[in-house]
Amino acid sequence: MSDPVKNTLLFGLVAALFVLTGVFQSANSALTILNMGLISAIMAIGVNLQWGFAGLFNVGVMGFVALGGLAAVLIATPPTEGAWIAGGYRILVALVLGAATVVAAVLVNSRLPKGRTRSLITFVVLVGGFFLYRAVFDPGVAAVEAINPAAAGHLGGLNLPILLAWPVGGLLAAGAAWLIGKTALGLRSDYLAIATLGIAEIIIAVLKNEDWLARGVKNVIGLPRPVPYEVDLQNSPEFVERSASFGLDPVTASTLTVKLSYSILFAVVLLTLLIMAQLALKSPWGRMMRAIRDNEVAAEAMGKDVTTRHLQIFVLGSAICGLAGAMMTTLDGQLTPGTYQPLRFTFLIWVMVIVGGSGNNFGAVLGGMLIWFFWVQVEPIGLWLMEVITSGMAEDSGLRKHLLDSAAHMRLLTMGLILLLVLRFSPRGLIPEK
Amino acid sequence: MAEPFLIGDTMTGGYGKGPDILHECTIAVNPGEIAVIVGPNGAGKSTAMKAVFGMLDVRSGSVRLDGEDITGLSPQARVVKGMGFVPQTNNIFTSMTVEENLEMGAFIRRDDISGTMEQVYDLFPILKEKRYQAAGELSGGQRQQVAVGRALMTQPKVLMLDEPTAGVSPIVMDELFDRIIEVSRTGLPILMVEQNARQALEIADKGYVLVQGRNAYTGTGKELLADPEVRKSFLGG
Amino acid sequence: MDFLNALVALSNFVLIPAIAYGSQLALGALGVTLIYGILRFSNFAHGDTMAFGAMIAVLVTWGLQGMGVGLGPLPTALLALPVAILGCMALVLVTDRLVYKFYREQKAKPVILVIVSMGVMFIMNGVVRFIIGPNDQKFADGERFIISAREFKQLTGLREGLAIKTTQGITVVVAVIAVVLLFWFLNRTRTGKSMRAYSDNEDLALLSGINPERVVMYTWMIVAALATVAGVLYGLDKTFKPFVYFQLLLPIFASAIVGGLGNPLGAIAGGFVIAFSEVTITYAWKKVLTYLMPEGLEPSGLVQLLSTDYKFAVSFVILLIVLLFKPTGLFKGKAV
Repeated sequence: MSDPVKNTLLFGLVAALFVLTGVFQSANSALTILNMGLISAIMAIGVNLQWGFAGLFNVGVMGFVALGGLAAVLIATPPTEGAWIAGGYRILVALVLGAATVVAAVLVNSRLPKGRTRSLITFVVLVGGFFLYRAVFDPGVAAVEAINPAAAGHLGGLNLPILLAWPVGGLLAAGAAWLIGKTALGLRSDYLAIATLGIAEIIIAVLKNEDWLARGVKNVIGLPRPVPYEVDLQNSPEFVERSASFGLDPVTASTLTVKLSYSILFAVVLLTLLIMAQLALKSPWGRMMRAIRDNEVAAEAMGKDVTTRHLQIFVLGSAICGLAGAMMTTLDGQLTPGTYQPLRFTFLIWVMVIVGGSGNNFGAVLGGMLIWFFWVQVEPIGLWLMEVITSGMAEDSGLRKHLLDSAAHMRLLTMGLILLLVLRFSPRGLIPEK
Repeated sequence: MAEPFLIGDTMTGGYGKGPDILHECTIAVNPGEIAVIVGPNGAGKSTAMKAVFGMLDVRSGSVRLDGEDITGLSPQARVVKGMGFVPQTNNIFTSMTVEENLEMGAFIRRDDISGTMEQVYDLFPILKEKRYQAAGELSGGQRQQVAVGRALMTQPKVLMLDEPTAGVSPIVMDELFDRIIEVSRTGLPILMVEQNARQALEIADKGYVLVQGRNAYTGTGKELLADPEVRKSFLGG
Repeated sequence: MDFLNALVALSNFVLIPAIAYGSQLALGALGVTLIYGILRFSNFAHGDTMAFGAMIAVLVTWGLQGMGVGLGPLPTALLALPVAILGCMALVLVTDRLVYKFYREQKAKPVILVIVSMGVMFIMNGVVRFIIGPNDQKFADGERFIISAREFKQLTGLREGLAIKTTQGITVVVAVIAVVLLFWFLNRTRTGKSMRAYSDNEDLALLSGINPERVVMYTWMIVAALATVAGVLYGLDKTFKPFVYFQLLLPIFASAIVGGLGNPLGAIAGGFVIAFSEVTITYAWKKVLTYLMPEGLEPSGLVQLLSTDYKFAVSFVILLIVLLFKPTGLFKGKAV
């Protein structure tokens, strides 16, 4: 079977899975899975850029995705009344002071001659800067968080269209990636993994604890949408009439329309990114990246600046993850920092890329859609399996209860197993790199 | 002529699936002898030695030790059979003490090794002085002594040295050669690859000049040094 | 008097907890650093190996408690420890045979092994949650304190109390025993030396007739023992919760890297550097300072540099600084 035929078949298979879900469960749940599948595919493209093109191991996808989510809040929500006056500017000044401290310390370190004096001055600058920062920062935070804490207590956003948050989410993630890449790239590959693991945990910690920023674990809900609201559709006589002509009741029709609009939006982004990623792959830049990946020493000997190239692609890939994160938060309509789990947002994406075929953009997209589909469907299957296994046991048996309760953890096992099996027996994935 | 103690007989082969590097190359050494492999850069000197030691695929020809065909054995198995090998680089455990290096050399032995260790210390007195120092902290010449000492700890029947004087100063080189002669006087056959052809041939009982993976000239060290062809082509006149 | 009070408060809230936490981190980091030195990859499954070992200890402890077996004032978990170590050894040896061996024979790049270890991490995590569930489990018993704050106050008449928990004492004692045993093994026994030789120079070790598979097997067994001890001590001292062990991965890696990956001595030093930084930076210094400052100058705030929610940020920042300025770590490690 030739490659194009096989690949078309594979994509056809995924499409069939969604159609079957539509037929046997409901069109609504098929679209729900599809929308997250599209977003997952985008994340997979980002990770594939880093791993497949350049061999960079990013274990902090979750952090970049969460930064995208933060962008959605910062861009699209209305500003909290009086928050900026009360303490917002103060916080801003404090952050600038904090950044200035770090810059000053770096300057001191690079300008002064090496020795005890330098270490001492650096230390004094850092400690002094820190206390100054806290002195300005803390009252600002207290003031902001005191404003209507039950409903707000945060700065709020810029009240701009939420679509704008998507590129901004990418930018935020790119900034964080630049910081990490600058430190950890050029060292052993393991170090990047550990550094990204750390930054992801810290980003989540910031989101959870800095209430002034995005309300922390109190969550920001009711983000504006780029698509119409169901209620508005149901109230429009034209829409009701049109849905009746399809034989649908207005409620179902409105949910489907909203979800379908999201699907179209996401598909446009996905296709654009896919085309760009394909062009990048085939460009001299992409060829160079892969040459570096395959033989770093040789590429370096030929005068390629490996670390700079790696930094480029690392920032780019992370930006894509940030973009996808903003899209996801838009789809959810809320930012809930408590729900960011490394399993779901880092590890799962890795499984998608490796199963799909690392180094192949189409593979990443296929893997994203397919693995997401299974991720959603494995839980009911696992539960069903457990029920079958335990059906012979007594109703009040402790083991039966334990097994049923544990079905939720089957996902961890299954995904780990899939990853190991694919790595072992088909390391090139479903659609191998050409 | 009787069968030599160790012989790589008409070996042809290369690394893995790569092209052949050696072509019908023959190398042999007898007890009490120092045999030296010399030749221009890229002639396959080290490769020939590695072939004898089992580190590359010999496609035709054979390697025999004391009459036994060992062509199919792995390098580790050859160590057990009594071959001692000192690689050119990374030939000591830098983070371990001199004494621990020697102990590790004797890892395959289960009997008492203190006698052998004393012999090594007698050969290389400086090592005894520095026995509790990390080997990585020693000078280049001393490191080479540790490396040779480590290989001697198995009480090998034959000792193979891959460019033992690479990267050491001329004075140290002379001293190392003296030590090697001393080791050889104990009756241990020594097979050695050398970059410094002239000095090496001076101490050699037997010399092999390789060119492009083939035996170009073979003879005693003196013969080769006297051979005008050999002198002209790469001893520099 | 005020100075003494300050000293006691400092010991009570900073020194003693940091020493106990540092010992736990050091034991964890030793495992990571050994795997790195011998198998040459960063083992992301280490946190979950700790969780697995600790889980067996928890289950066995419950069993023993159920039978009424105990150690009196000491926690029953100490009795369960040998069983847990054996169970954990079995797990890692099976994992090595089923998973890692293949890649070792392929001579796969380290980054592949790191990804593989991530797969293993999730499977182990899943197994642990499957068996014992994702929630907090208590298994500490016996005497709670070696000396309680109240007793200390009565004894000394100071205003500040000094409490030393039994678990903290046990942590330090067990950690010291484990480390002494480990270094004795590595420096004095033939097998231990062969492990160091293999870590130092793999090719030469092969030439010397050292069997790599044996070295790898011993390494896993030692790592399993260290991980179980670390996991049980952490669980006794704080609490057993599967997800917490995953989060410990960051400070453990930071410790190993700060000390110099592949260097056992460095791992211990790194553990204490990280632990002391974490505790001092997240401790509210108000109490200590109130004793030390002259009257009227006492701090009004808590004088806490960073909220405890950010304790992982501390290890992360230290990690970044080390990576920036001394990627081989404080003690010379293998990696660049």
